[in-house]
Amino acid sequence: MISIIPMWKLLYQLASPKLFYALAGRIIPGIAVCALLTLIIGVIWGLAFTPPDYQQGDAFRIIYVHVPSAFLSMALYGWMGFLAVLLLVWRIKIAGLLISQIAPIGACMAFLALITGSIWGKPMWGAWWVWDARLTSELILLLLYAAILATHQAIKNKEDGDKIIAILTLVGLVDLPIIHYSVYWWNTLHQGSTLFVFARPKIDSSMLYPLLLTIIGFFLYCLWIILEKARQELLLREKRQTWVKIQFEGEAK
Amino acid sequence: MNSARKRKFLVLLSSLVVLSMAAGLVLYALRQNISLFYTPTQVVEGQAPLQRAIRVGGMVEKGSFVRAKKGLNVEFKITDFTKTITVSHTGILPDLFREEQGVVVEGQLLDNRHFQATRVLAKHDVNYMPPEVKAALTKKVKT
Repeated sequence: MISIIPMWKLLYQLASPKLFYALAGRIIPGIAVCALLTLIIGVIWGLAFTPPDYQQGDAFRIIYVHVPSAFLSMALYGWMGFLAVLLLVWRIKIAGLLISQIAPIGACMAFLALITGSIWGKPMWGAWWVWDARLTSELILLLLYAAILATHQAIKNKEDGDKIIAILTLVGLVDLPIIHYSVYWWNTLHQGSTLFVFARPKIDSSMLYPLLLTIIGFFLYCLWIILEKARQELLLREKRQTWVKIQFEGEAK
Repeated sequence: MNSARKRKFLVLLSSLVVLSMAAGLVLYALRQNISLFYTPTQVVEGQAPLQRAIRVGGMVEKGSFVRAKKGLNVEFKITDFTKTITVSHTGILPDLFREEQGVVVEGQLLDNRHFQATRVLAKHDVNYMPPEVKAALTKKVKT
């Protein structure tokens, strides 16, 4: 119990707009530097120094964009689901604000995963698109993101909008396990997983390390952009609050 | 958690459970439509419709690939290691097509052993490795 209480305390403190603004501002430069470093090293390593694949030759290198973007499209949605619970049960407004800022980034990642997958599929499989369970469920994820974005745009009061998209997010959460297990539950053209949390990956380590770097890089990049956007949005929403005025005009005399 | 939050949380949780059960049932009912292809065993046992556009997936059997002397006609056998069917195709094959590799063929069943393909898709496996590693691995298996 003792270890849980400070966690909750931290969570509640983060829910304060002023603290969130200050803390995010403090960690953003570090995240940005790490994101750029891992992305640059990972991409150059993956594209120039990794050996080609025994079957796919150099074409397999698109993995360094495809896998990270697909992973992030699902991870960001999972994060949105967690925030949706925080908003609906604990009424933490920052969580709602974050959902609305994560959604466009997640949509970009899902789109990127589908596009790079298509470009990869044409030379390897022989088809741009197949109505295979993995591809279709990822397309549904993109459509879910689109629905969330459209709904948020359509509602004038942003806090009401946050609550509605939180519910939408929770409904769409069902798609995540379907995407992940699609290649095991049904016959698909898409192959199974190469990376596992507990088992040995089925990719040679010379190819694995740059892949892990690009995954971390994509993750940090998304986090950076989301925090930056969330800070801007927070200022816009709270522009009449005293803490914002103090931030920019100094203490009232 | 105070009681109001607990109630909300339980409402959310139970609606998610109901929703995922509904999704699960729908997907279970549609399983044959969601699966991309029939296996050779299903074809031989007559579970796949004849003379209808379907897909069949399996491994290309070793030593079964025959190219016609003229034209783009090819013939090969695909197997799921229990049953085998013969596929004929006219056209260009994808880069990854080779013997002992997974393929998905689109076309029609002539009878429950013969398939006329209009399109051949190559499946690739989950392994990625440099050519030298592959060469070392096959050497190890042979010795």
